[in-house]
Amino acid sequence: MNSINLSDNKPIGVIGAGNFGSAVANLLARQRPVLLYARDPEVVHRINTSRDNRGHIIDKNVTAVNDLAKVAAECDIIFPIIPSSHFRSVIRSLSPHLHPYHILIHGTKGFDITLPKHSTIEEIETLNRHQVKTMSEVIREESAVVRVGCLAGPNLSKELAAQHPSATVIASPFNEVIELGKKLLRNDYFQVYGNNDLTGVELAGVLKNVIAIASGALSGLGYGENARGLLISRGVVEMIYLGRALGGNTKAFLGVAGIGDLVTTCNSSLSRNFQVGHKLAQGKTLQDILAETDEVAEGINTVRIAKKCADYYQVKAPITHALYRVLFEKLTVQQALQYLMRYPLNVDIDFLDK
Amino acid sequence: MDIQEKKNKNKKYKPILEGIPDWPVYKLSKNRKEFIEEVAQKSFNRVKELRASTKQLVDELEATVYREQQRMKRNRWRADPQDEPKFWSKVKEDLQALSGKTEEEQQEKANEILKRIVTRYADEIAGNFKPSRYRLAREVIKFWFARLLNGARVKKFGAFWRNQYTLRDKIHIVGKVKQLRRLARKGTVVMVPTHFSNLDSILIGWVIHSLGLPAFIYGAGLNLFNIKIFAYFMNSLGAYKVDRRKKNMPYLETLKLYSTLALQKGAHSLFFPGGTRSRSGMIEKQLKLGLLSSTVEAQRDAYLDAKPGEEVRKIFIVPVTLNYHFVLEAPDLIEDYLSSKGQDRYMPEQDRYGSWQLIQFMFKFFTKGSSISVSIGKGLDIMGNYVDDEGNSIDEHGRSINTRDYFITNGQLSADRQREDEYTRMLSQKIVSEYHRINRVFASHLVAFVAFTMWQKRHPKLDLFSLLRLPEEDLTLPYEEFRDTCKRVRKQIYRMKIENKVNIASHLKGDIDEVIKRGLYNVGIFHLKRPLLRNRDGNIITRDLNVLYYYQNRLVGYELDKFIGQ
Repeated sequence: MNSINLSDNKPIGVIGAGNFGSAVANLLARQRPVLLYARDPEVVHRINTSRDNRGHIIDKNVTAVNDLAKVAAECDIIFPIIPSSHFRSVIRSLSPHLHPYHILIHGTKGFDITLPKHSTIEEIETLNRHQVKTMSEVIREESAVVRVGCLAGPNLSKELAAQHPSATVIASPFNEVIELGKKLLRNDYFQVYGNNDLTGVELAGVLKNVIAIASGALSGLGYGENARGLLISRGVVEMIYLGRALGGNTKAFLGVAGIGDLVTTCNSSLSRNFQVGHKLAQGKTLQDILAETDEVAEGINTVRIAKKCADYYQVKAPITHALYRVLFEKLTVQQALQYLMRYPLNVDIDFLDK
Repeated sequence: MDIQEKKNKNKKYKPILEGIPDWPVYKLSKNRKEFIEEVAQKSFNRVKELRASTKQLVDELEATVYREQQRMKRNRWRADPQDEPKFWSKVKEDLQALSGKTEEEQQEKANEILKRIVTRYADEIAGNFKPSRYRLAREVIKFWFARLLNGARVKKFGAFWRNQYTLRDKIHIVGKVKQLRRLARKGTVVMVPTHFSNLDSILIGWVIHSLGLPAFIYGAGLNLFNIKIFAYFMNSLGAYKVDRRKKNMPYLETLKLYSTLALQKGAHSLFFPGGTRSRSGMIEKQLKLGLLSSTVEAQRDAYLDAKPGEEVRKIFIVPVTLNYHFVLEAPDLIEDYLSSKGQDRYMPEQDRYGSWQLIQFMFKFFTKGSSISVSIGKGLDIMGNYVDDEGNSIDEHGRSINTRDYFITNGQLSADRQREDEYTRMLSQKIVSEYHRINRVFASHLVAFVAFTMWQKRHPKLDLFSLLRLPEEDLTLPYEEFRDTCKRVRKQIYRMKIENKVNIASHLKGDIDEVIKRGLYNVGIFHLKRPLLRNRDGNIITRDLNVLYYYQNRLVGYELDKFIGQ
């Protein structure tokens, strides 16, 4: 491994000035100048003048910009942190400016789906891996960039901003991407681990959102730690089955990006997915909940996609199924819970044998 | 029965480089001694890099000697050099003498031994291209092939001496021929064909010559050099030797560096990236990454060595599929495959075919019809991007990309083995998908696939082995049903052809009864027991289900079985 020269002062790009995007920009700003892309010119102006964005105080080393071409031209390393629903279109606009020397490390925990023309996700019976892509696969499909990685793990933006100790995983098939990510992000309160199973780590990060919603629902019903313990342990099993069907390895689900992230989100009222579940348990409908928040809870879409994939690959996923019916088929949380408690499960752990 | 191909596919090409002295392979063999020294020196450095401490190096050398002596004891070949046992027992003695010496003395002696070994390996591997022999071989092949063809096909007195038919009528070359010729002038071409038969090496040699390209160097399995007639031709056609019995680290590194350095010197090369012949008859799914990675390394070094602003010679990967109705070794290959499936046991490379069998086969091949087709794929850069006719890499969105950029991090060009391993894996996946795309479906593949899958679906409860154990007498398919199924599957193949997922031979089109007739006639045409035929009632039967399985495997991987009902 040749040493990577970090003394030079080339800026790092961050695309997406949401909560997590702002937090990552601030982390990077400790090492290097950062170009932070925001779609909305007003946000750009606000960040550059008042240094304030969504409650984050933005580091003075960060410059907000509104020009993707500029980001690609000035930065070799770019962190796209965009909601999964916009991910493909943003990468598409960025793509003409990208070259194989670029390195992209994304921080989005969601799926991309491609549907046949004139059909919606509601109409589709099942989904398979030809239609469902992880974010790194979107980058590979839409651009000439091959050195791709992702950030995953328990990184609640608010705690990051408050400098509580926490950790992240950088996953990439390329060691140099992991090394670069470590050098750029690591500091005294932020630990960075590496993993070569990019797909596995991405899947773990996405699928845990389903369990997070369920955990919020349990807490909304007023249940305590027994119930949560049960949910988390069965949730891991379900994630592993689904994840393997979608092309990940078991190991990725047992690390920081899997269990680490899962436990964090399931215990955190800060998590958006958790909040969605909490509100569902209070009897609110999906429409009400969506109307109340301005930020995207990736989990809702993930439930839909995961359920249809589970159907296609014939994977047992009772938690996902139950949540699907609560979100889209008007089952109450109480009923869903009864369904789950009666679900015939026999073996505790059977994913380590194979 | 002749199979008609469009006539214009069989045109003759002028050589792209006039004189043999201009050929890179010739320059390489003219400076053979210096080249071997360079390979040995670089391999020496590489092994030292991988085994940095004295202890590691000595351990590696001991392991190497042990393996070599085991090989000589168990499995010696005619092609092995005479002085081999002496060489290795000397190495062993020298290694034993090391104990009790100081570390410095040990290191010095170990270096010397390593140098001796890699030099020997480099010399063993190196090819020996001789223009005079090349010309002779070319003429001999041309002459006798013409005699065989004309004597057999034109049944008139004196036909033996006519030149009405040439090899070109037997072997059809389709695909991106023009681009290949251009790329061979622009850069270094690495041809990567599928590998089904021992005949492939000779066939590809002829194809390269007939396309007007200079001779390619290629790694040929040392086992082929056991057959004298092969050994003669291969030595003269630019082959270097790959010994698959030798799996020790110094050998593998030397082999890889030989190929890397030859590529860097601009020698067009040929790899069979599947390693050995496909045992199952399926198109290769897993490629050997070792040799393939030498293309990535050679390209990276070319960028690293270039002076600023200097244009770098690019390496182009050209996938090729060889399509046969008949593979001489099929019964043995499939037997190997079936007996090894499920358990990864050691399989000795053994050839049950000597020169005589080969000549017999050649005679049958030329006298009895049954053509071969060779599909040349689009050129790729070492990252698996398509290149245009000028050799520029184009990404999937039609944008031009600079291959050099793949080796740059933070603005700096660098070598990174882990990165390149990943690139090699990506390249190999691309090559496999190109194989499936340019593979030409023959009528014989279609009938074999349909018949076998129909039988398989009629016995849904049987696994492969139980199915193959069914007595052949019990298996018949009513012709009408077989015919309809063939038609349905062919329709799907047409559809996939439009989507650019597979290619077809022109004889696959037309009246389905005619196509089936052709297919049945040609499938495994020269085997003693025919894999597929019609009985007196006109229904479909088999005499050798194993071999049928081999031929049907050619169409595995296209999800065509969905179109065959119970």
